[in-house]
Amino acid sequence: MIENVDLSLVDWSRAQFALTAIYHWLFVPLTLGLSFIVAMMETIYVKTGKEEWKRMTRFWMTLFGINFAIGVATGIILEFEFGTNWSNYSWFVGDIFGAPLAIEGILAFFLESTFVAVMFFGWNKVSKKFHLASTWLVAIGANLSALWILVANAWMQNPVGMTFNPDTARNEMVNFWAVLFNPVAVDKFLHTIFSGFLLASVFVMGISAWFMLKKREEWLTKRSILIAAVFGLLSSLMVAFTGDMSAKTLAKVQPVKFAAMEALYDGSKDAGLVAFGVLKKSDEKILEKKEVKDFAMKIRIPGLLSIMTGGSRDVFVPGIRDLISYGDSVRNILSISEMMQRGLYAKEVLNDYKRAKMLNDKEQAEIIKNEYFGSRTFLEENFRYFGYAFLNSPEDAVPNVPVAFYTFHLMVMLGFFFILVCMIALFLLYRGSLQKNKWFLWVALLSIPLVYICSEAGWVTAEMGRQPWIIQDLMPVSVAVSQISPGAVMTTFILFAVLFTALLAAEVSIMVKQIKTGPKH
Amino acid sequence: MISYIFLQHYWWMIVSLLASLLVFLLFVQGGQTMIFRLPGNESQKTMIINTLGRKWEFTFTTLVTFGGAFFASFPLFYATSFGGAYWVWIAILFSFIIQAVAYEYRSKPANVLGKKTFDIFLYLNGALGPFLLGTAVATFFTGSYFSLNYMNNVLWATPFHGLEALLDGRNIALGLAVLFLAKTNGLLYIINSIEDEDLLIRARNKLIFNSIAFLAFFLIFLVSILLSKGFAVSGNGSIVMENFKYLHNLLQMPVVLVFFLAGVGSVLWGIGTSVFKGRRDSIWYTGAGTIAVVFSLFLIAGFNNTAFYPSIYDLNSSLTISKAASSKFTLTTMFYVSFIIPFVVAYIWYAWKSINNRKITEEEMKEDVHVY
Ligand code: HDD
Ligand code: HEM
Ligand code: HEM
Repeated sequence: MIENVDLSLVDWSRAQFALTAIYHWLFVPLTLGLSFIVAMMETIYVKTGKEEWKRMTRFWMTLFGINFAIGVATGIILEFEFGTNWSNYSWFVGDIFGAPLAIEGILAFFLESTFVAVMFFGWNKVSKKFHLASTWLVAIGANLSALWILVANAWMQNPVGMTFNPDTARNEMVNFWAVLFNPVAVDKFLHTIFSGFLLASVFVMGISAWFMLKKREEWLTKRSILIAAVFGLLSSLMVAFTGDMSAKTLAKVQPVKFAAMEALYDGSKDAGLVAFGVLKKSDEKILEKKEVKDFAMKIRIPGLLSIMTGGSRDVFVPGIRDLISYGDSVRNILSISEMMQRGLYAKEVLNDYKRAKMLNDKEQAEIIKNEYFGSRTFLEENFRYFGYAFLNSPEDAVPNVPVAFYTFHLMVMLGFFFILVCMIALFLLYRGSLQKNKWFLWVALLSIPLVYICSEAGWVTAEMGRQPWIIQDLMPVSVAVSQISPGAVMTTFILFAVLFTALLAAEVSIMVKQIKTGPKH
Repeated sequence: MISYIFLQHYWWMIVSLLASLLVFLLFVQGGQTMIFRLPGNESQKTMIINTLGRKWEFTFTTLVTFGGAFFASFPLFYATSFGGAYWVWIAILFSFIIQAVAYEYRSKPANVLGKKTFDIFLYLNGALGPFLLGTAVATFFTGSYFSLNYMNNVLWATPFHGLEALLDGRNIALGLAVLFLAKTNGLLYIINSIEDEDLLIRARNKLIFNSIAFLAFFLIFLVSILLSKGFAVSGNGSIVMENFKYLHNLLQMPVVLVFFLAGVGSVLWGIGTSVFKGRRDSIWYTGAGTIAVVFSLFLIAGFNNTAFYPSIYDLNSSLTISKAASSKFTLTTMFYVSFIIPFVVAYIWYAWKSINNRKITEEEMKEDVHVY
C-alpha cells in the first residue's frame, strides 16, 4: 500500500467526510421519526374522518418535506465520497461494503422517493387508503435506508463474514448473513432509529409548546404533544436500552474505544462508572507520546462499570494502558503490541507473495497461497490484525480521549433528560395543566437544539472513537485515502462548507417561517 | 451453479440498464435548461417547473442507485474512477446537490437565497449534469490516464484529475450529445404533459434545433469511435489496441447491433412524428429509443473482450469487467437481490399512473396542494 502519505491529505479528507456526514445527519433523524409520527396522525384522520386531523397531518408533512429535500441533497455526496476520497478503502473492502449500498438504493430509496411523490401530490388524486398506505411506505422506506447504511457502517466497526484474497488484494464476502446480523449492526440500527424517533418526538413537542406559549392552535398542538410524548417516551426508553447493548458489544469488539469513552487508563476490578466528569492535563504519558488525561472532578457510581460490562463487581475492566500492554484475558483480547507483531507478520507474508508473483515464481507463490492464505489459522490469528502493521507505536491505536469521553457522556446525560421530559409532558397532559406550566413549555422548546446536539454527539463518539481505524484492525485511515493533492481536498472542503451552510440557512429560515405561519385552513 | 462469467456479464447489463434509464430520465435536466427561455409568461414557467419537479426524485434516485450498483458489482471501477478523476465526479456531485433543494425551496417564503438563485441552480444542474455525465461516459471509449499498483490502488497520471477529459473532442461530443438529447426529451415530455396551446407551439419551435444538435454531436461521436482504435483484451489477457474495435463489437454481437439500430430508429421516429405529424406522445418513442441506444453503447464498451475503463497511460492497468468485478459470492448475492427490481418497476409504474392521470393545466396548479 502507499506508505508515505501526506498527513494533511488524510486530515482534509477526514474533515471533508466529517463535515458532509454531520450535515447529512442534521436532517436524517428527523425524517426517520417524523415520517412515522405523520403516518400515525394520518391514520387517525382516516379512521375518524375529522378534517382537523388532516390539517394536523398536513402541517407536519410540510415540515417533513422541507427537511427531506436537503436530506437527499446531502446524502448523495456521502455515497460518492467513499470513491472520491477513500478509494483505496473502496477497493480493499468494496466487495463487502458496496452490496448494502446497492441494496439500499434498490430496496429503500426507490420506495421512499416513489411514495413521497404520492404523499405530496396525491391528496386529491388517489383514494384515502392508498394515500395513507403511501405515507406508511415512506416511513418504512426511510427506516430501511437506515438499516442498510448502518449495516455497512457496523461492518467497518466490526468486520465479519469475509476472507482475504491475496491475488486481488482485497477482502471478499463469504457470508452475507454474518454481515447483516453483525451484532454491532443490530445494536446500531436499533439505537439509531429509536434515537431518530426520539429526536422527531422532541421536535414535535417543542414546536407544539411554542404554539402553546403563543396561545395558538390549542386543539391541534395538544394532540400533537400527546402523540409525540407517548412515542418519545417509548423511544427514549428503547434508546437507553439499545445504547447499553451497544456499549456491551463495544467492550468486546472495540475495547480501546470503550476505554476511551470512559477515560479509563488503568483498569481494575470493581470499576466505577463515571456519570459526570471533567478532564484535565497531566504530566503522565500513556507510553511516550500521548498525554494521559486526569479527572479534575468526577461523580462516580462504584462498581457499576464492572457490573455493566461483565455482570459482576469482580470483573476486571481493562483500561487503555492495560490493553496496550496485556490485552484482556477475560474477553480473549490480545495486547496491541502483540497485534502489531501479528500484523507485521501478515504484511510480510503478503509482500513475499506479491514478490513471488512479480518474479513469476509460480511454485513459491502457490506454496505461500496454500500455506498461509488458505489457512484459517493464518487468517484468524494474523491477517485479522493486518492494519496494525501500519502503526508506528501501540499508542497510535488510541483515539482522542477527551472527544470520546465528553461526547459520550453528553449523549447519555441528555438521554436520561429526555426520558424525564417525555414523562413530565405526559404527567402534565394527564393533569390538564400543560398550558399553565410555562417553564415546562420553555424546556420543551429548548430541548430541540439539545436533541440535535445529542444525536450528533453519538456519531462523533462512534466515529472519532474508532480512530485511527477506517476498518477496525484492518485498515487505518491513512492507508485508505485517495491520492489527490491536499489542496484539492481543501478546496472541495471549503466549497462544501460554503454551499451547505447556505442551504442550511435557507432550510432553517423556511422552516421557521412555515412554523410561524402555522397550519393552513 | 451460476458461472462467474455469467454473473459478471449479468451485472454489467444491470449497470448498463440503470445507465440507460438514467439518460432517459435526464429529460428533467434537459427541461430545466429551458425554464428561462421557453415559457412566455410566469404561469407557463410555473407549469413547466412543476411538471419536471414531480419527477426529479426519480432521476436522482436512479443516479444514486447507479452509483451504488456500480460500487457493489465493479468496485475497482468505483475506486479507480472516483478516486482518480476526482474533479469530474465532484463537479457532477455539486450539480446534483443544488438541484435537490431547488424545487422544494424556490417558491417558499423566507428562502434566504431568493427564487432567482434556486432557478439558476436548476439551470446549472440541467446543463452541467448531462454534459459532464456524457463526458465521463465517453472516457469508457477514449481512455484515461491512470495506473494501478500491485495493491490495485489508483495513481492518476495528470494533476488535473479527470478534467483533462475535456481536451478530447470525442468526449466533448458525447457530452453535448447527451445534453441536447436531454433537452429534446425534456421538450417532448413537456409537450406530452402540459395542456397549454401557446406553450405547445413554443416547445415545438425549439424541438427542431435541439434534435438536430443532438443528432450532429451524436454522429460525430459515433463515427469517430467506430473508426478509431479500441482497447481489446488479447488471448493472454493483456490489453492491446485493435483497429475498429467498437465497430467489430457491433458486428460480432448482432443482437446488440439490432438493439442499437432499433433504438436509433425509435429516437428518429419520435422526433419525426412530433415535428412533422404534431404528435404529442412522441416522448415514449424517443425515450424507449434512448434506453436502447445507451444500453447497447454500454454493451459494446464492456462485452466481447473489451476493456471498459481503459488507461492510455498504462494499457495493462485498464479495467475489464472480469478484472473490476466483485467476488463470485457477492455477485451471486446481488443476483438474488436483483429479482426485486421487477417489483420496484411495477410499483413505480403504478404510483406514477395514479398521480399522472391528468394533464397539467393552470387550473390543476391552483387546486393542487404541493406547488413548487
Ligand atoms: C457507512 C459508513 C458511515 C456512516 C453511516 C457514517 N460514517 Fe462517519 N465516517 C465514515 C463512515 C461512516 C468513514 C468513511 O469511515 C470515516 C471517514 C474517515 C474515517 O475515519 O471514517 C468517517 C468519519 C467520520 C467523522 C470524522 C472522524 C475523524 O476522522 O476523526 C465524523 C465526525 C463522522 N464520520 C460522523 C458521522 C456522522 C455524523 C454520521 C451520521 C450520518 C456518520 N459519520 C455516518
Ligand atoms: C456515509 C453514510 C451514508 C451515505 C453514503 C448515505 C447516502 C445517502 C444518499 C445517497 C441519499 C439520497 C437518496 C435519494 O436519492 O433519495 C440519502 C438519503 C437518506 N439517508 Fe443517507 N447516507 C449515509 C448515512 C445515513 C445514515 C447513517 C442514515 C440513517 C441512520 C441515513 C438515512 C437516510 C435517509 C432516511 C435518507 C432520505 C433523505 C432524508 O430525509 O434525509 N443515511 N443517504
Ligand atoms: C440514554 C443513554 C444512551 C446510551 C447508554 C447510549 C449509548 C451509545 C453508545 C455506546 C454508542 C456508541 C456505539 C458505537 O460506537 O458503536 C452510541 C452511539 C449513538 N448514539 Fe447513543 N446512547 C444513549 C442515548 C442517546 C440519545 C438520547 C441519542 C439521540 C437522540 C443517541 C444517539 C446516538 C447516535 C446517533 C449514535 C451513533 C450511532 C451508533 O453508533 O449507534 N444516543 N450511543
